[in-house]
Amino acid sequence: MLEVNNLSLSFTQYQRGLKQKNIQVISDLSLSIQEGEILAVVGSSGSGKSLLAHAILGILPKNASLSGRLYYGGQELTAKRQKELRGKEIAFIPQSVNFLDPLMQIGQQVRTSSQVGSEKGIAKGKGGEKEKDRDRDREKGRVKDRAKDKGREKQRKIFDRYELDYDVENYYPFQISGGMARRVLVASAVVGGPKLIIADEPTPGLHHEVVKEALGHLRELADEGTAIMLITHDIATALEVADRIAVFYAGTIVEIAWASEFTDHGDKLRHPYTKALWMALPQNGFLPILGRQPSPSEPPPGCLFQPRCSLSSKSSSTNNSSCSQEAPVMRELRSGKVRCHFAT
Amino acid sequence: MPFCDLKLKIFFFRYGKGPWILEDYDLELKSGEVVGLSGPSGIGKSTLARILAGYVLPYKGSVRLQGKDLPRKGFNPVQLVFQHPEKAVNPRWQLEKTLNEGWTPDEELLESLGIEKAWLKRWPNELSGGELQRFCVARALSPATRFLIADEMTTMLDAITQAQLWHAVLERAEKNNMAVLVISHDGPLLERLCHRIIDFTRTNH
Repeated sequence: MLEVNNLSLSFTQYQRGLKQKNIQVISDLSLSIQEGEILAVVGSSGSGKSLLAHAILGILPKNASLSGRLYYGGQELTAKRQKELRGKEIAFIPQSVNFLDPLMQIGQQVRTSSQVGSEKGIAKGKGGEKEKDRDRDREKGRVKDRAKDKGREKQRKIFDRYELDYDVENYYPFQISGGMARRVLVASAVVGGPKLIIADEPTPGLHHEVVKEALGHLRELADEGTAIMLITHDIATALEVADRIAVFYAGTIVEIAWASEFTDHGDKLRHPYTKALWMALPQNGFLPILGRQPSPSEPPPGCLFQPRCSLSSKSSSTNNSSCSQEAPVMRELRSGKVRCHFAT
Repeated sequence: MPFCDLKLKIFFFRYGKGPWILEDYDLELKSGEVVGLSGPSGIGKSTLARILAGYVLPYKGSVRLQGKDLPRKGFNPVQLVFQHPEKAVNPRWQLEKTLNEGWTPDEELLESLGIEKAWLKRWPNELSGGELQRFCVARALSPATRFLIADEMTTMLDAITQAQLWHAVLERAEKNNMAVLVISHDGPLLERLCHRIIDFTRTNH
């Protein structure tokens, strides 16, 4: 469905006067998502995960420079295709409820997304007869009304699905609760019938029940065949719904593991960072490790995790030197992927 | 370190003319204890934290430290650490200045929190949230601090950084005989850290 190959992302920033600085945010990142699957991308806040979402949607700011390749549905995802598909086949559930337009009624907001989705996206996708029919209708000048009715019908259907009262149509965002606002965000993403949904931290600072509900919505959509990329810093949340977990560290993905492998002492996991992350959860060992994540702009030589790695310091000196000299590449291991010289 | 207690008595609070969000509430914290506070969003947990630290005053009722009002001047023995460090540090100060504003943290503390020397000369926008939060924790852990209120202190951080910060905080709290109030949604975290947990939904109304 979606494939990201060797993606790197950096920003050019002015430092002082005309002096410019290049800031690396994502380096050499690869992943793929299949239909009907939830892939969670887990990493700490401010580490550039959201920018990965923005890169896929093609909504990065101008001073960003991107390398690597994106494929969607087998074809390369160019800037032009991104523009055509986003909001239709590729939908976005944003992090904050502030993404709702404060001056537009809820019903209208959801309808706007549904119209964008149905009129152009589907017609373009299917082409042929339907489009011709539609052209004829347009000449008669009736299409507007019909689209309007259709939009409302669709919106009401989606309201039913997410248990939103029809009264809510006329409310403004400030009049609804946080949990309801989250449902509205999901509704506007889903109403156009997307094939790929990118959800960016859909559950920050929410109470457990609300989180469960939001995640339940995602699982349901995946079971209907939608591919979902769930971006989050909370590994416990991710494990509740995701099929696979991609672990983000210092600007790249160090391991892609199955959610079912996060058990006991993490013996089934591949990368030493993933194991450390798992064992640092309060419900597991609550064990910290020393040091901190390096900034992707100033990476350590060799492996990104080497300065904190237990595997590297334990192994013999020859092994150790390869960790600090040569950056490992992503390789297949036990039906998952890992970026480590010594993982077994 | 002398024993201390912080008492919060029956009080009322609301923002402007909004609904009353805290009514009839009692809370007592004693030196050396770690207390958890959980409850759904919007129930007034953060407001309670702000009242305890003296940032806002309740309409009725009081916050008493050893039977006296909180000091209006000088170092506040009740220190509050927020969820978003980006909003809690002066963006125009280098971190060295922020760190040393209230007291000068010792090397040992900086090391246990994983603060690197090079960061002291940086500006806040050059560090990540996790890195900044380490500074916010360090500056609050002065020996003069009697109570630390951690309002979703590690919610935005990854599990490893979370474990790292809490180990450092608990060690220091024990050493200084400090009380810690942990406000969080994370049940397992509260279970792990706290001597007792207050469920705000039930006690409040």
